[in-house]
This record gives sequence, structure tokens and C-alpha cells, in this order.
Amino acid sequence: MKKAGIIMVIGSLLLLGLFKFPLWNIMLGAPQYPEPLGMNIYLDGIQGVEEFDLQNIDGLNHYIGMKTIPKAEDMWEFSVFPKVILGMSLLGVLIGLLGFAGKVSYKFFIGWFVLMSVLGLLGMYDFNNWLTEYGSDLDPHAILKLNNPDGTPMSYKPPLFGHQKLLNFDVTSLPHIGGYLMFVGMSLTLVAFWLGRKFSLIKAKE
Amino acid sequence: MKNIYKLTIGFLITVVAFTSCGDQKSSKTGGALKSSNAEKVYVAPGEHDSHYAFISGGYSGNLTVYGLPSGRMFKEIPVFSQFPTNGYGYSEETKPLLETSYGFIPWDDSHHPDISQTNGKLDGRWVFINGNNTPRIARISLETFETEEIIEVPNSAGNHSSSFITENTEYVVAGTRFSVPVPQRDMSIKDYKGNFKGALSFISVDPEHGHMDIKFQVLMPGFNYDLSHPGRGKSHGWFFFTTYNTEEANTLLEVNASQNDKDFIAAINWKKIEEYVNNGGGTMMPANYAHNVYDEATHTATSTMKKEVRVVNPAEVPGAVYLLPTPKSPHGCDVDPSGEYIVGNGKLSANLTVHSFSKMLDAIENKKFDGDAYGIPILKFEDVLAGSVEQPGLGPLHTEFDGQGNAYTTFFISSEVVKWKLGTWEVIDRKPTYYSVGHLTIPGGNSREPFGKYMFAMNKITKDRYLPVGPEMEHSAQLYDISGDKMELLLDFPTHGEPHYAAAIPAEIIKNNSKKIYRLAENEHPRKATNDAEAKIVRDGKNVHVYMTMIRSHFSPDNIEGVKVGDKVFFHVTNLEQDFDVPHGFAMIGANNAELLIAPGQTRTLTWEPKQVGVWPFYCTDFCSALHQEMQGYIRVSPADSNIELSWSLGED
Repeated sequence: MKKAGIIMVIGSLLLLGLFKFPLWNIMLGAPQYPEPLGMNIYLDGIQGVEEFDLQNIDGLNHYIGMKTIPKAEDMWEFSVFPKVILGMSLLGVLIGLLGFAGKVSYKFFIGWFVLMSVLGLLGMYDFNNWLTEYGSDLDPHAILKLNNPDGTPMSYKPPLFGHQKLLNFDVTSLPHIGGYLMFVGMSLTLVAFWLGRKFSLIKAKE
Repeated sequence: MKNIYKLTIGFLITVVAFTSCGDQKSSKTGGALKSSNAEKVYVAPGEHDSHYAFISGGYSGNLTVYGLPSGRMFKEIPVFSQFPTNGYGYSEETKPLLETSYGFIPWDDSHHPDISQTNGKLDGRWVFINGNNTPRIARISLETFETEEIIEVPNSAGNHSSSFITENTEYVVAGTRFSVPVPQRDMSIKDYKGNFKGALSFISVDPEHGHMDIKFQVLMPGFNYDLSHPGRGKSHGWFFFTTYNTEEANTLLEVNASQNDKDFIAAINWKKIEEYVNNGGGTMMPANYAHNVYDEATHTATSTMKKEVRVVNPAEVPGAVYLLPTPKSPHGCDVDPSGEYIVGNGKLSANLTVHSFSKMLDAIENKKFDGDAYGIPILKFEDVLAGSVEQPGLGPLHTEFDGQGNAYTTFFISSEVVKWKLGTWEVIDRKPTYYSVGHLTIPGGNSREPFGKYMFAMNKITKDRYLPVGPEMEHSAQLYDISGDKMELLLDFPTHGEPHYAAAIPAEIIKNNSKKIYRLAENEHPRKATNDAEAKIVRDGKNVHVYMTMIRSHFSPDNIEGVKVGDKVFFHVTNLEQDFDVPHGFAMIGANNAELLIAPGQTRTLTWEPKQVGVWPFYCTDFCSALHQEMQGYIRVSPADSNIELSWSLGED
């Protein structure tokens, strides 16, 4: 159980990587952009991969009437997400330490994992909603107004995950280092749960 | 008789057999070689060349940037000449770069580019080039590939033995081709001999920002100083100049300056003179010359006139200057990578003369002098001669080195490049050039460490090398692979203007330093407008200052009223883009100067004097975006006595 507690602590601490590294990354390449433009989505805001990328993405997006990329203060998510992640990380560490000391059962580990997964899914859902709104809430006076073959206005929603072609741009959306650290961390808490369970089964047999 | 007949037939058959055999062989190898040579110069679409070449434009006054081995031109950098393509020399910011003591000089004859060095190796920070006609030296940044500074050289005329760099870029050196009265004065041309002087200028280069300052001028006898090169390695601290017209003739030089069997290479111990000057030696003499500096932060050049220059009489600095007799009006003066050999390319000589630096030092130490010229000791030819390449060709001009112990000399008259070995002086190979080669370049050729893979020859005569384009043609260059024992001709490529020298460098030394944009946040132009809110128009008497911005795909403002006939309108246009390779142009109908091409983050000013009442358009000249054609605006010009107030707008109905 000591080992499981340590792994639980490590897994929870890996979430803190999100304060240093981006959660997600969206790259936009085009014939005119052999070096693609890109945005990194951090817990507390969106930044360009290169210094002027956001400005240049906004510059291009004005042709199709998209809003400018939101600043940190424009979205409540960027003030709430850091608190949630910090809270979850501290909670996980606490559970891990208590598990290490034998004060709580391994079931708390899976409890933390389920809570984190629910929060993560809610976060993804919210993120996807924003992408949809960002890609389809277009200025009616946009320079370029394009329709789908069925007559509905074209949406420029970047994909939540993976690649999509938007006009001349190839858009690729994938987790970044912070995101991967979070996934590894969450997986470790599952490992902790499994080790803890194995330990308690062995103990029960004795 | 029959026998003779038989013999003849037999002989003929033999000849035919030999010839046809020879033909077959050569056509086979020729074909195979051609295809491999094509591969050697083929740079696939999207791939990069391995070397940059900076080729002087001669009478274009500019510097062109080429790639090797493809021979593709990437850019023409305006240096001494106005350039309507981007407004250089027309915009208010760049006009000061072309100021001289003769006033605004919008052209020159650019000759010998040389790249800055550290410890005798190319460091790729700047390239320097001389204006030959109105003596000037320019410094070009290899981050922005723009001219950053031009200094005029006083007491000089025909700034030809320039602009060569010492091995730590301590100095860029500029020697005069014509000797002239110093100071200039009204005197009879016939009194040339003994009265005219040849000024050799040592221009210090600030190691941090590259700014140039004439440290001293050596006032030499009235010869013609043709070319020069620095000592390096063991001869670092010396500079060598070829001379002709040591006869000091002032008319019909083609005959009168070709009489002496030997002219000189002047060896200047600049370290010694520097020490002399640092201790207060030399005299400050009144002068008048322009020093023009471009400030990247303000995007603006300023011109200041300097009023004095330090001159040094070489006879007063013992041990500083010696003359090395060199046959027949030597042209190129080239120093090998070790610094030991100084090649005097005697252009009327049958042989190529090579002097030895260590023998020179020895002769100086033992005072083996053969008289003097105006107090400057002349060494004995035999005492300084390292060797000569016997009968290598006709009309030697210039020599470069491959760093493998070989030298490559161009021969103008016999139109060829000859490869020979340093030390043994034997000719190893010769290849024709098309036609009448002047300079040649090996990347790093003027340094301790040449990159001996490619050599290119810059030819003076083109004739039939390309599709005919009328009586006037661009010159032609030829690229050779010199990595093997024999030189191999790989490629012909046309050059722009008349390339004299060129400087070439492996691409990796500079390509990652090349700027993509100017940062708008660092723009300190006094009349910038860094966002739409800063766009405005200010009237100051007859002068109207328009603070304008440009971004894909509009100008702000784009409707202007209240300008009157007789006004002088200054368009101060700032490109707000911060994206690589998104310049915008600005063109005003009836502008008597040029358009502007404005890089991202840059501010440029075009002056326009409206002469006619009406509504006049302006537009972007650089196809910047899908809505480039929409990037336009109007200016209403009212009669001189109109009382319409200045107004401006963007996007208002």
C-alpha cells in the first residue's frame, strides 16, 4: 500500500505540469505558411507558438469574419481551470499520503480518478463548445461568406482532436506536453488503485 | 609508286580509325559528365543552396545575392544607387545614405565586396563594398541584407584598391586608384609628378555595431593603387597594394604607364602606423566627407559631414612601408591562406610573380634596399621573390586559393582559369572561361580558411553564351567544381550589372541570422503610426504629414481631403504586419520619385507634391493578399486658395 500511495502522489503531482506546459495545441498550415501558425492552449490562456502567431491568425480570420482569439480575461475558464487543477492535484496528494499512512483505503484512489475524469470530460465539452462558437459565430459583414454544399453557412470550427482541412488551411489539434503529463498522471492513479487493491486482497487472504 | 599509294591508304585508314575512336570516346564521356554535372548544380524545388554569393553590380552600384551551386539570384541589395523597386534613395529615410561632399549622388560603380572576419575566418556579420567613382565604402548587414552605413573617403579618386578587410575586421581598407593633389587645389595637370598623392585609407570598424571611422590615411607617392589584400596569419598586421603607373604619367597612360619593367607592391605595416597614430603621430588635415548611418530602430538614416582626417606621411614612420618590385603593372594583389605568399598578377607580364613574406622580413632586417622612392625603401626583386609561375597564360588578373595548397589565377587575354601549386609553381590544370574573365571567387577566398569546393569566374564578355538580347547584354559567370584535381565547368549563369569581385560564404554561417520582420514594438520612427488610432494628418504650413498604416488589406486613412495644390505631402507609412514576407507597397499617382516597398514593422516616407486639382488615387503595389486590389485610397486635392479643412477617414460612409 505504501508503493500505491507514492504512485498516487506522483500521479497527482504530474497535473502541475499544466502550469508550465500547454494542455492542447492547434497548428494551422497552408501553402503560404510552410512554417505553420499555431496556438498553445494553457490552463490560464491562449498563446501563439511563435511570438506573432495569434496576431497573424486573427489577421487571417478577419477575412471570414471570425472573432479574435479570446484574451485570458475574456473567458471564465482561464481563471477557474487553474484552481480546479491545483485543487485536484492537492487532493490527490493528500489521498496518496493518507493511503501511504494506511489511513484511507485504495478506493479513494479510484474515487479521485472518477472525479478527475468527470471534470476532464466537462472541460473537453466546454472547450468543444467554445470551438464551435468560435468557428461558427461569424460577422455577417465578413469579406468571405462561404456556404456548405447544402447551403448552410460554412463553419470554421477547428477539430477538437486530429486533423481537418479548413479552406486553404490544414488544421491539426492535439494534446501538448501539459496534457500528456495529465494523462500519464491520471493513468498512474489508476495504477495506484490497482496496486492498492492487489495489496489489500493479499492482506485479506492472510 | 604503288607502295606509296598503299602506304597513303593505310595511313588514312589509321587516321580515320584513330579519329573515330577518339570521337566515340569523347562523346561517351562528355555525355556521362554532363548528366553528373547537372546533378551537381541541381537544387530541387524548395531546397536551399549550400552557399551565398554576394556579387558586386559594378555600374549598377548595387550588390546582388546569389545561391551556389544553382546560380539563382535571390536579391538585389541597393547600396550606392537609387532603387525604385523599393524606394531606396527616394524615401526620406534612405536619401541621407547617398549624401556626399559632392551633394546627393544617386549612383556609383560598386566593385569589391568582402565579408567580415574574426580570427581570419568569415564570421558573416557584414559585407562591405566600395563605390569606385565617388569614393565611398558601404557596410551591409547580413541580418537584414540592407545597407546600414556609407562613409565617403576624402583625398581619394577612383576608390579601387578597396574594400578589403583585415583578419579581425579591425579595418576595412580603401586605396585610391587615381593619385590627386592632396589637398585638392587648382594646379597644372603637367605638374603631376612628385606633387600628386595616393591616399590609402584605413577605416576602423567598431567590433560591436560595425560603425566605420577613418583612423588614418597614408599619403603615398603619386602612383595608381590598383588592388590590395590584407596579410593574414604570420603576415597579419601588414597590407599589400599593387601599383601601376610608377612612371607617374598624367596622359596616355596605356603607353606611358607601361614603360617601367617593374612596378611595385607596396607593403604597409599598418600595426606600426596604428601605434604611431595612437601616440599622436600624423596630422589632422581639414577635409569634407560624408558619414551616413542608418538606424534600424528609427528606420532612418542620418548624414553628417566630417571636417577633418588624419594623414600620415610614410617617410616619417620608419619601418612602416616598403616597396616590392613586381613586373609589369600588376593588377590583383592576393595573399594565400597562410599569409606567406603575395601574388602580384602582372597583367602585362609573361610570368606570374609570387613574393615571400618571410623573405621580405629578412630583406628588411638585413636592410637589403635598392634605393628609395620619395623616402620609401625599395627592396630588391630577387630578395623577396618566392618564385614565379612560368608562362601560365596571357594577362593574369586575380588569384584565389582553395586552402589545399593550390592557387587559381584568371587570365583575361587567354580567357582561362589556371590552377597552379603554391611552392612548386607548377601548372596543374587550365580551363577556358567564356569569355575574358576578370575576377574569380572561391568562398572564403580572402581568408585563412577558404571553402575549396566551388570557384566561379566572372567574365567581361558574353557574346553567344545566352539567347541574344540586342547589343547590350548582362555579363556571364561560370561555376566550376574544384574539389578534384581538375577543375570541372558546371554551370553558366548571368549576372547583373558588371560584377567585379564577389564574396561567397557557406549558407549555414548566415542563413539563421536573417531577419523575418522588424518588430513594430521596437519601431522608433518619429512619425510612425503603430495602430489605426495613431493614424492622423498634421498640417505644418504647406507641409502635410500623413501618418498612415497599412495592413492586409487596407490603408488607414484611405480617404483624405483638405490637401491643396502647392502643398508638400509626406506619406509616413507604417506596415503593421508582423508576418514573414508580407511587405506592402505604396504608390501615389504622379509621384515624381518612386513607390515605397515597406517591410513588416517598418516606416517609410514618400514625398508627393500635388500639382493638379482633383481626386487622386493611391494603392498597394505588392500583391499582398486576396484583397490586394481593394487596398487603395483617394486624396482630394483642392485649389491652393480653398478653405476645405483637413479630414481623413477609414470605413466611414
